[in-house]
Amino acid sequence: MRVRKVIDGVSEKVMCSVTAAVSFLVVLIAAGLYLKARPIMEITPIKELLTSSSWHPLKGEFGFYPFLMGTFWVTFLAMIFAIPICLLCSIYISEYAPRKMRDVIKPLIDLLAGIPSVVYGVFGVLAVVPLIRDTAHRINISTTGYSVLAGGIVLAIMVFPIIISVSVEVIQSVPYEARESSLSLGATQWQTVKKVVLKKAFPGIVAAIILGFSRAFGETMAVLMVVGNVPQVPHSIFEEAYPLTALIANNYGEMLSVPLYDSALLLGALILLLIVLLFSMAARLILMRGGR
Amino acid sequence: MYHITIKGLNVSYGNHHVLKNVSLEIPRNKITVIIGPSGCGKTTLLKSLNRLLELQEGVRISGSVLVDDESVYDPKVDVTELRKKMGLLSQRPYPLPMSIFDNVAYGPRIHGTRKRKKLNEIVEKNLRAAGLWEEVKDRLKSPAASLSIGQQQRLCLARCLAVSPEIILCDEPTSALDPFSAQKIEETLSELKTDYTIVVVTHNLRRARRLADYVGFIFLGELIEHGGKKDIFENPKDERTRRYISGESYL
Repeated sequence: MRVRKVIDGVSEKVMCSVTAAVSFLVVLIAAGLYLKARPIMEITPIKELLTSSSWHPLKGEFGFYPFLMGTFWVTFLAMIFAIPICLLCSIYISEYAPRKMRDVIKPLIDLLAGIPSVVYGVFGVLAVVPLIRDTAHRINISTTGYSVLAGGIVLAIMVFPIIISVSVEVIQSVPYEARESSLSLGATQWQTVKKVVLKKAFPGIVAAIILGFSRAFGETMAVLMVVGNVPQVPHSIFEEAYPLTALIANNYGEMLSVPLYDSALLLGALILLLIVLLFSMAARLILMRGGR
Repeated sequence: MYHITIKGLNVSYGNHHVLKNVSLEIPRNKITVIIGPSGCGKTTLLKSLNRLLELQEGVRISGSVLVDDESVYDPKVDVTELRKKMGLLSQRPYPLPMSIFDNVAYGPRIHGTRKRKKLNEIVEKNLRAAGLWEEVKDRLKSPAASLSIGQQQRLCLARCLAVSPEIILCDEPTSALDPFSAQKIEETLSELKTDYTIVVVTHNLRRARRLADYVGFIFLGELIEHGGKKDIFENPKDERTRRYISGESYL
């Protein structure tokens, strides 16, 4: 009898400490990054680090602006492509598709989420980059194809499953009575979707988009393979860019003999972490308010 | 003379035969109450009239429903026009996620009324008809969800009246309400019957007695008998009807 109780008590404590350790990881990572990034922030003011465009590690100049812009443009473009497509897709799956079709399509889309990102990168290099190069040449724009546009397209495809599966979930959770009330007044199905269902599902859809955004924002491998990695502020979607994630992945561990280089890269990592944390907290907040 | 004529209506969900060969005439500008125990097909019957039923997956419907001698299930029928003609008041009120005003104006707007003045008129007139105007006239802009459930049901009634239906279908319209709100809805329905044909589904016999002009009794998917209120309540022909009305067990 006593043994059972002891096991019961111990098992609870074990699970509790494991959970605590896992949740503490976020704090630990953030703190570690901060400590490592401190040296460079002590030498150069953070404002200058964020707004300067000159990236000359050997001269001790670490301007993050081009990389921030690279990340921003690639992510922004990806969201522009992904949002309308995902919305139309989610609405179709949840409101129009017959159940049998839904049962086939949804797992298929969820499969996209399971493809390793390096595979998306290869797909980008083999299909998207040449397509952009050839199409651009036809309209007299010279580009290698490795570009913000290529990054945007590949990222958009990668966030489809996230945005779609959360949105479908959210739209399906709108009570049937909402549709019935609208339809019984003689509204068409599209009017019902547009004016009642989407309105009800709106906070959840925003949260889905933010989740997708966070994924796109932090994605490294696939992007680094298709954006060209030239440290410049891109002026058109056909130019190369160099997102922050790619910078860190390409250089960390290789150029660490350069003074302050590793501190600079970890500052980049800290910035990424903070922005993603901010967005996922925003998503949580919006979902909570919508749930009320 | 009859507004709605149902002939040989059969409905089944998968293998479950819900309505069995139901035939019923519903007179114009009267309240027809369909009574019967829960789960015997009353709601199904109601929703087969405005074709909301066919939205359910795996439902099969056969037989005919005529409204003004036109077949509801004719492929040529514009289903949005049909539904506009038949307002629906469901068991639990479901205000649309918008303001009180917009809830009532929703129907007229989707059917193309844009002018603010006209909409104001429609909203006031129908909120009055539903007996809610005095309570909400100062807060038409507040969300409909802020109303009490009884007020919400009257709002739903106003919303359904706003598209000028000819028929009002009520599915247990008062069962979720407190007695006071329930009485208000019932009084409103009794007033409305001069202009509308009303079909009410309920398992509450007292309510049925108060409201009904005509009564139909459904039991296990079959329409056992129907007729004037007096005939059914005082002189039922079928044993099952008699037992149900007198509150005896069904067997």
